Amino acid sequence: MKRLSLSQAFWFLLRRDLLLALRNRSELANPLLFFVLVITLFPLAVGAEPNLLSRIAPGIIWVAALLASMLSLDGIFRSDFEDGTLEQMLLSAHPVPILVLAKVTAHWLVTGLPLLLVAPLLAMMLGLDEDAYGILLLTILLGTPVLSLIGSIGVALTIGLRKGGIILSLLVLPLYVPVLIFSSSAIDVAASGLPATAQLSMMMAFLFLSLSLSPVATAAALKMSMS
Amino acid sequence: MFKWFVKWFHRFGSPPYFYRLAGLWLPWLTGLFTILVVAGLYGGLVLAPTDYQQGESYRIIFVHVPAAWMSMFIYMVMASCGIIILVWRMKLAEVVLSCAAPIGASFTFLALVTGSLWGKPMWGTYWVWDARLTSELILLFLYLGIMGLYGAIDDKRVAGRAVAILAIVGMVNIPIIHYSVEWWNSLHQGPTVTKFDKPSIVWSMLWPLLTMALAFKVYFVISLFQRVRAELLHRERNTRWVEELVKS
Repeated sequence: MKRLSLSQAFWFLLRRDLLLALRNRSELANPLLFFVLVITLFPLAVGAEPNLLSRIAPGIIWVAALLASMLSLDGIFRSDFEDGTLEQMLLSAHPVPILVLAKVTAHWLVTGLPLLLVAPLLAMMLGLDEDAYGILLLTILLGTPVLSLIGSIGVALTIGLRKGGIILSLLVLPLYVPVLIFSSSAIDVAASGLPATAQLSMMMAFLFLSLSLSPVATAAALKMSMS
Repeated sequence: MFKWFVKWFHRFGSPPYFYRLAGLWLPWLTGLFTILVVAGLYGGLVLAPTDYQQGESYRIIFVHVPAAWMSMFIYMVMASCGIIILVWRMKLAEVVLSCAAPIGASFTFLALVTGSLWGKPMWGTYWVWDARLTSELILLFLYLGIMGLYGAIDDKRVAGRAVAILAIVGMVNIPIIHYSVEWWNSLHQGPTVTKFDKPSIVWSMLWPLLTMALAFKVYFVISLFQRVRAELLHRERNTRWVEELVKS
């Protein structure tokens, strides 16, 4: 049998997960649809005053992104857990954190990245200041991978539970707070015409921190869940 | 010396030994707690002078501040237990971690409630979305998450390891959450005791505060020991030492 190198294993797993996601197109649109739907609810609830909406638009967009990301988290490991693939992954010769990173990357490409496509449209509908569009896209680009990475720890901890859904949100949402604070404040600052470099640097720091630490925690949690 | 410590560490981790030791300590700790809490409350409520600005309502700090300190201290205890669990697979640490979570959540809740009771006469409102209040609230959610996860997993050995990972993840995140919330907004007064230079609080107010902090710590140990003893009996109900204990 041919031995896979580590980077080969990473790419194979990434390709496999993307392929699986693309074969199941109807599910692909769900997080996106949820994102749009939640944002639509806000003007209906708080009233359609343009001033009010444009002021709270960064917060609305980010809370919706947070919820959409959280609801799609379960898909990272669910099907692999149920058909036993996950067990094989943990038994493989490659370090589990790298494999976890491949799966989380695939998940983010499928659920996080598409938010980039609709976010400007929704920002326009909410009347967000046009100067802030670039920063909005940047925060989504930097923030949603952090959400997927942190969330993967929570999913790995709750994967073996029958009713993991509520617990998952209890575990994960408090940890999402810093991302929410800095991303919406970056958009806020940009909308009032000031530079948002400080906030963006912090988000970059969060991204690298979670990129390096969270796969290790997720791997430990998966091993615990499978024992 | 080191060998002796390792031996002691392993013995300390054995459930029957800890059960007996904690039982021996409890009356002494209860006595110490009673002395400390009486002294602290008397010093705080009677001896300490009235504040020139806040009047009598500042006296709630003798409960509020120690409770807030405990809320963070207990999380540190839990995270340390988490590391012990993952490194040494120690059963006792699992029990301590799971038993400390409800106590920590109660202290956090107490800090929030006393803080908002103080806020009503001082700030004119029970709740403001200020940095420290918000991060304390998030800390409460972290505690509840740990309790929820521990309760949801049926196999308690697995549950112990799950909450260990969660406690460590939370530990890494607490400073980040704290500082992001701090940066987000602040209306709360700055630190008065834990500054590097001399504390900007008068001695007659400081000593009751520190006494109360110590009393709360002792209370935590008492409450923890009692919970751990009960949980140990429940977990080890099929072993011989529990059987002998029940028979004798």
